[in-house]
Amino acid sequence: MDYEAVIGLETHVQLKTRSKMWCGCPNQYGAPPNTHVCPVCLALPGVLPVANEEALRLTLRTGLLLQCEIPARAKFDRKNYFYPDAPKNYQLTQYDQPSTRNGHVEFEFNGTLSRVRITRAHLEEDVGKSTHFERHSGVDFNRAGVPLLEIVTEPDLTSADQTHAYLNALKEILQYGGISDCDMEKGMVRCDVNVSVRPCGTQALGAKIEIKNMNSFSGVRRALEYEIPRQIAAVRRGEKLVQSTRRWDDVAGVTEEMRSKENAHDYRYLPEPDLMPFEPAQDWLDNERASLMELPLARKQRLMREYQLPAGDAEVLKNNRALGDYYEPIARLSKNPKLLANWIINNLQARLVEIMEKEKTEQASLGLEPDEMKFTGLADLKFKPSDLLDLVEMVARGALSSASGQTVLAEMVASGKAPSAIVQSMGLAQVSDAGAIETLCDQAIAQNPNPVADYKAGKEAALNALKGQVMKLSRGKANPAMVGEILQRKLRG
Amino acid sequence: MLNQHTISDLTRRLAQREISAREITQSCLDRIQQVDGRVRAYLSHDPADALAQADAADQTIAREGWNEARPLMGIPVAIKDVLAVRNHPLNCASKILGNYISPYDATAIEKLRAAGAIIHGRLNMDEFAMGSSTENSAFGTTRNPWDLARIPGGSSGGSAAAVAADECIASIGTDTGGSIRQPAALCGCVGLKPTYGRISRFGLVAFASSLDQIGPITKDVRDAALMLKVLSGKDSRDSTSLPDPVPDYPATLSGNIKGLKVGLPREYLVPGLDSEVKKSVDAAVQKLVGLGADVCEVSLPHTDYAVATYYIIATAEASANLARFDGIRYGMRVDGNDPAELYSRTRGAGFGPEVKRRIILGTYVLSSGYYDAYYLRAQKVRTLIRNDFLNAFEKVDVLVTPTTPTAAFKVGEKAENPLQMYLSDIFTISCNLAGICGISVPCGFTSPGNLPIGLQILGPPMGESTLLRVAHAYEQSTDWHKAKPPLQ
Repeated sequence: MDYEAVIGLETHVQLKTRSKMWCGCPNQYGAPPNTHVCPVCLALPGVLPVANEEALRLTLRTGLLLQCEIPARAKFDRKNYFYPDAPKNYQLTQYDQPSTRNGHVEFEFNGTLSRVRITRAHLEEDVGKSTHFERHSGVDFNRAGVPLLEIVTEPDLTSADQTHAYLNALKEILQYGGISDCDMEKGMVRCDVNVSVRPCGTQALGAKIEIKNMNSFSGVRRALEYEIPRQIAAVRRGEKLVQSTRRWDDVAGVTEEMRSKENAHDYRYLPEPDLMPFEPAQDWLDNERASLMELPLARKQRLMREYQLPAGDAEVLKNNRALGDYYEPIARLSKNPKLLANWIINNLQARLVEIMEKEKTEQASLGLEPDEMKFTGLADLKFKPSDLLDLVEMVARGALSSASGQTVLAEMVASGKAPSAIVQSMGLAQVSDAGAIETLCDQAIAQNPNPVADYKAGKEAALNALKGQVMKLSRGKANPAMVGEILQRKLRG
Repeated sequence: MLNQHTISDLTRRLAQREISAREITQSCLDRIQQVDGRVRAYLSHDPADALAQADAADQTIAREGWNEARPLMGIPVAIKDVLAVRNHPLNCASKILGNYISPYDATAIEKLRAAGAIIHGRLNMDEFAMGSSTENSAFGTTRNPWDLARIPGGSSGGSAAAVAADECIASIGTDTGGSIRQPAALCGCVGLKPTYGRISRFGLVAFASSLDQIGPITKDVRDAALMLKVLSGKDSRDSTSLPDPVPDYPATLSGNIKGLKVGLPREYLVPGLDSEVKKSVDAAVQKLVGLGADVCEVSLPHTDYAVATYYIIATAEASANLARFDGIRYGMRVDGNDPAELYSRTRGAGFGPEVKRRIILGTYVLSSGYYDAYYLRAQKVRTLIRNDFLNAFEKVDVLVTPTTPTAAFKVGEKAENPLQMYLSDIFTISCNLAGICGISVPCGFTSPGNLPIGLQILGPPMGESTLLRVAHAYEQSTDWHKAKPPLQ
């Protein structure tokens, strides 16, 4: 019998707010332990929480981006459990009245469109971070009270690869929306996976097994690649799987049982009496809806449709939001949006990479750490996007050769001058005067008898050598298409 | 003796430079010295700090003259050991907080300071405000100044005893189910529990967050009005504080209650009601009629469920609120081999039996499988109880009841019977469940025994002005509030 996996995810994402969820402490990674703390986030006796409005707004925005319903009323609850990293020994979360619910995410996987239903995206708070030393443990409460969004899916995923693709799509949406930086290395995204197996074609779900402790998307994929066959093998052996929680050991590459259902926590949820229920005002919601950005996948599809871009180019412009944002306003004005995309993705990006490498070396020699370095980006370029548009249009209409175009771009990056001025001062305008090109072709044919003979003997490739000679004689300015035509006509004749 | 006077007397004389804040403070300190060894209202106090604040107040008055905007200038106010005062100990009368010193001021304390008050001392209470006698304090029972063999009430027993014994001019208490009104009644003071949300709870160590409210205990109604005006208002640090404007409460004390409608809840005539108490309350009602009030009977049909509802909601919230006292970040710690052992040893040694009983009860009612039957149902009953009151306030302006079923009982008399102890709050608990306001004013003494009896007046949400006006009109027509305990 064949088996299939049923997978659901709970993804925790730190929100990109200036301050923490219940107090004014900075929401900032990397400070020395216990320096971003106050009586409220340390849960000193007598303190009360006050909800961070920006976090509530980002939660609603996430809900809208994930096509969720936004209930008229949400509330916070206390989830009770004792652990040294939880300063109150309860976590504030939204238990039965979340801020958003019933949405979905669409993403491309294996050449088709996948859709995963989102059960809910609710707001809660992060806990501190424990560090264990040889004889004692320490807790850093800088992270305690950082706003955390939990995004829960329905069990709609069926494989490790598809799960991986979903996570990347989710991350992209959250980054696009300015919801979170999603920096995995800083622990901004963490996820728990629920997975069960069942005979293919059946509907009933198998025993749900939760896997914790993956700290990267590839960790999630590897954990599933281990866990799914493990469960299938167990079922095939006739074992009965039971609901339980397992821990992913990233080094060993295995999952191990943490606790079974009998030892599950009773969190004794109760409504948080220190906070009023949250009822988003209609104009607030309308504003948020009006200012909502396009989803990444929708953008890709639109780029392909509106500008006839190949999927690969549209993918690049979707993945790199800044690049896409640079492209679109000038693409709308361009007669050759495909060529323009090509120039931005290949030539302009290559220049930026070049500059970055140089800046990296310079800044490293000044003793800067990688996260202190600053590089020239699209916004810092000395020329206007419309200059690039002009350049590409010149190339497209044959006023400038592609090779000369590269030279002009390099000069634009260096000086910020307009392309027409550069073409003029460097004398790079393409020669499309048939008479002048004929003269040069005659000269090349006369000087290169061997390729001429080869071509006449049927070696088509010999034409390229002759073309090269003509271009050389014109110092790169002859219109290459015309050169090819004229040479062919002359050699056949 | 200056310590025997009210805030309004003292501030009038301070304004005229007849007396100094130092003299007032010194008279309180002398009184503490004289009687607190027996009353034991204070857990700790710092005379030097109090005198330094008094001197600063005197300098301000000398420099700037009397400022009406700082109506408590130079007045020593003593604080229940459940409110955070910067650089003062904060123990909640529990061992579990160890040597904890608060690094910040509660909003109520900030407001008192801004009004010029001298913040002085830590007053005894039942541990974490759980109790009705101060017998649950980890640091000994406070005694009733009218009879040292008796309890002062609780949980704000220290706050009431200190005012009654003239060891301070006024004090701050907190009221979760009667913890201001009941001890005020048993000690012969005025105790005001404002509407839920009227005073910020920021800096109040929570027992039951949806029921707790800070309030004053004073020597007369005018002082309560004065204190309320200082303490009230919306606080950006407490989401449950209400934005309603703060009236000039003392200005509403007109003495006129003609035509005011007073309701007598018929359900409050319970079998355990002491005949002396009933006699005094009946006389007080006649007094109100004499002052021109119209009295009628009203019904609060869900009264019988109040105590049970209260002990489910209050303990559920307490079980979470007290979870933070775990020995990890502050307070006492009894180490263990792992966190779980550290927690159970610390909490086992740090909490007293009543606190443990309520944490266990609260944990139970929230447990999976029991939540709907207890907590959820209690929340529904709470709504019914609130509706009872809102319906009654459609017909009457205030309700009048005894504050307690009996006068002060003897130390130890009910200590072994928690249920009987819980029933001593039977008249005060509903007010917190409904979120309305209430006040207790002296209305007589037992005879024999000479123990104070309290009259409770209840008002609608944000009805403090009316409440205080009635209380003041009644008080001014009697001498009960002028009596002093026979304590030398």
